[in-house]
Amino acid sequence: MLRYLVQKEFLQIRRNPFLPRMILMFPMMILLVLPFAANFDIKNINLVVVDHDESMLSERLVKKIESSGYFRLAGYCHNDSDALGMVELGKADTILEIPYGFDKDLGKGSVPEVLISADTVNGTKGGLGSAYLTTVIQDFSADLLQEIQPISGNRKSLITIESQYRYNPYLLYPNFMIPALMVIGLLLITGFLPALNIVGEKESGTIESMNVTPVRKLTLILSKLIPYWVIGFLVFSFMLVLAYFVWGLAITGSLLALYLAVLLFVFTISGFGLIISNYANTYQQAMFMMFFFVMIFDFLSGLFTPIASMPEWAKIISYASPLRYMIEVLRGVYLKGCTISDLKGQYLPLGVLMLLFNSWAIISYRKNS
Amino acid sequence: MNAIIASNLTKKFGSFTAVDHISFDVSEGEIFGFLGANGAGKTTAMRMLTGLLKPTEGKALVAGFDIKKQSEKIKANIGYMSQRFALYGDLTISENIRLFGGIYGMDAKLIAEKRDRLLDELHLKEEKDSLVSRLPLGWKQKLAFSVSIFHEPKIVFLDEPTGGVDPAARRRFWEMIYAASEQGITVFVTTHYMDEAEYCNRVSIMVDGRIEALDSPHALKTRYAASSMDEVFQMIARKATRTAD
Amino acid sequence: MHTLSAFVRKEFHHILRDRWTLIILLVTPIIMLVLIGFAMTTEVKGTTFMVVAPERDVSTSELVQILSQSVYFTFAGYLPDEQAIDSALRQGMAGLIVVFPSHFASDRTNTGTSSVAVITDGSDPNTAKTLTNYASAIMLGWAQKQNTTIQNTLSIGIETRLLYNPAMKGAYNFVPGVLGMILLLICAMMTSISIAREKESGTMEILLSSPMQPVVIILAKTIPYFFLSCLNLVTSLAMSMTVLGVPVRGSWVALICVSLLYIFVGLLLGVMISTIANSQLVALLVSGMGLMLPVMLLSGMMFPIESMPFPLRLISHIIPARWYVSAMRKVMIKGLGFGSILTELTVLACMSAVLLVISLKKFKPRLE
Repeated sequence: MLRYLVQKEFLQIRRNPFLPRMILMFPMMILLVLPFAANFDIKNINLVVVDHDESMLSERLVKKIESSGYFRLAGYCHNDSDALGMVELGKADTILEIPYGFDKDLGKGSVPEVLISADTVNGTKGGLGSAYLTTVIQDFSADLLQEIQPISGNRKSLITIESQYRYNPYLLYPNFMIPALMVIGLLLITGFLPALNIVGEKESGTIESMNVTPVRKLTLILSKLIPYWVIGFLVFSFMLVLAYFVWGLAITGSLLALYLAVLLFVFTISGFGLIISNYANTYQQAMFMMFFFVMIFDFLSGLFTPIASMPEWAKIISYASPLRYMIEVLRGVYLKGCTISDLKGQYLPLGVLMLLFNSWAIISYRKNS
Repeated sequence: MNAIIASNLTKKFGSFTAVDHISFDVSEGEIFGFLGANGAGKTTAMRMLTGLLKPTEGKALVAGFDIKKQSEKIKANIGYMSQRFALYGDLTISENIRLFGGIYGMDAKLIAEKRDRLLDELHLKEEKDSLVSRLPLGWKQKLAFSVSIFHEPKIVFLDEPTGGVDPAARRRFWEMIYAASEQGITVFVTTHYMDEAEYCNRVSIMVDGRIEALDSPHALKTRYAASSMDEVFQMIARKATRTAD
Repeated sequence: MHTLSAFVRKEFHHILRDRWTLIILLVTPIIMLVLIGFAMTTEVKGTTFMVVAPERDVSTSELVQILSQSVYFTFAGYLPDEQAIDSALRQGMAGLIVVFPSHFASDRTNTGTSSVAVITDGSDPNTAKTLTNYASAIMLGWAQKQNTTIQNTLSIGIETRLLYNPAMKGAYNFVPGVLGMILLLICAMMTSISIAREKESGTMEILLSSPMQPVVIILAKTIPYFFLSCLNLVTSLAMSMTVLGVPVRGSWVALICVSLLYIFVGLLLGVMISTIANSQLVALLVSGMGLMLPVMLLSGMMFPIESMPFPLRLISHIIPARWYVSAMRKVMIKGLGFGSILTELTVLACMSAVLLVISLKKFKPRLE
């Protein structure tokens, strides 16, 4: 019996004008477009300089800043309020004001003070921008010091900091985002689509034809899920391959660990989709419910911002999000070389959620309404 | 032997009583017409008999099985054709037949044989691989009926099977129903076309959730001194207080 | 006029009858705002850090102490050696590791310098950079204080001024974006689905063959969603001002103007989508995939547009949400007025004109 039903589902998917195209488009979009956009990297910060000194030294400072690669010189202004005007219009993100007498003061041995103003509407951008600028200026003064006072004996208090970034040494954003985005793709295909499928049958009435037959609850649900499980696995594997060829991202951990997690995740997520399909009677309702939950999961699962920075209540909610664990698995397997034993802390919660969601789905499915 | 025995079957939705303590029997091989105006409670009653809805009160036996406790066994022994002719529009005729045959446990060879025979009879052999959604309404209707009796169930339930089809097509459809009845299949059909009542062995007329009349068309016409079932119905339905769904 | 109000009333009935959807529509912006406002920050506090120090002495202990005194770090213990670092990071026991070389103190006395390694999990680049910056700044600050002999003759003093959002709250950045997305969701998606539903059920044909002008039909369909959007705008602004503490510093008139214009554009988008969609599912998929996704990604609501490659930056110009978000940021957070958002207003006005023309043209002929 199951065989016939699964066959029917596959046939219907193939014949649908939209679905096959969408299923192919998902991985493409996720791997080829999204990573370019979903990028918190701060680059091309627009800098406007108010240079009251206009000396060789101040020019040298500005040149050094420009060559650091973080900043784009947006222009010079005569005074602070003009510069602020540029920030207001969004033409500049940061202002550097160099005081009159910059050159002379440095030569005399007194300490001139520069003013950095950063637009912190985007806190990260403002914060990093002013930090970069500060670093460059500090480097500049170290350079000058070097020229005048080469290494002498009494520098015991200097320490140099060597920073090492493990697992992602060049701090590439795609390495961070792409594994997580793959999870989203899996979520949409194995959670979203089966739910829409079932709701579609409700809307067209064919579900009633099924309800009068001897087909059991479990069989019917399985027949709806199996095709999407298969498709989900295939698409996921396809994304793994694509990620390698397009981005050079290769798994450093255990492939087995990864697929085990995928299995758990897919079962969990499709259970969740089922729950929604039990409560929604129209496409519109299903869509909105899914949108609502996907949104909550997205924001609270460490996809964009780290869970560690969230307030307590948000962290608690994130424990219920299958996405959170899956994203950790993917980043772990891709970047940190995790194996099955490393991921115990992810498998267990996923397993619990899987049982929870699926039980709820089965109970709430009412064949005899 | 009775194919269906209903006793005090009732369904309430909150304070609204859709089906009000109805009792009736249907003999094996009978064509039983379940008549009534829209909103009288026919569909609700039928959904209880097919195991889709649980009754609030009362009981019924369908094909010898209790509708409350043995609904799964009932489903294995009945066929069903719903108001919306629900076959899968995006599957071909052949695929639909194979699906429903398989669900009722028929083996693949038998399905293929019967399918070919069926398509021959319906003159749909060339359309074997056409999508059901492409068929005109009349063909879909005949097909849906054939699929509903494909697995030779004991009873077939037809819910307003001839809605929206012209009178000539309706008559041809009823010829198919006769053929099924001759094979020994009990036919339980709801309709609001009173002229179709003439085709049944016995009919019941529901008004406001209760059965107001139950007999053969001939006997009813005599009792109410009417020349057509339509007249009979008008007389009985005048007492109705409920309007359409 | 009478027919119009009758139709508008019918539309309202449809909407009110679908309780779940209505609730989700009204509640979603509130929840999104709460989530984004409170949960989405990149500030990391209380990160656990561990230390590898083969020789512990006064200086290493002092450094460990001032690090753990800072609000950003919590000391979680010493690691036996460098091999242990990997599993500590992988299993999430620490977010940052400080490694002192074996001759830290003596190096400093003898050669005048020593190096300390700061190791973080580079998976999340921004967090890694931020944590490293914090740790470095703290340790370098300590080193500076130790120094008594060096003449700081060539140091430059730096004063930093953080504009508009000194507390660097993530909410400031996101709230305009959330507004942009929710308004678009309601206007475009719901309008298109509503019209598509009429088409599917066949009642659209009836409407079109009546003497009612297509414009009136469009109006009737869009007015209820216009009201819903305004309602959402009001609640969202109230939420963001009270709960999130994101003020409206600039001109209210400018804010209302640009919002109404944006809503108008959204509604027209919905109408336009409905002219190409014959079924609800299609309308849903097109407005869902075709609108929501680009809006979330390319409107600057979450990800800075400047960081994107050129082709994507180009595409973002035709997304109405981008202009709305930019205008709202200027008015709400930077406290500006009409004059600063003239570009955005012009662009949105042009978009609505174009959409209006297209929609009117395509509306009636579509069903023939």
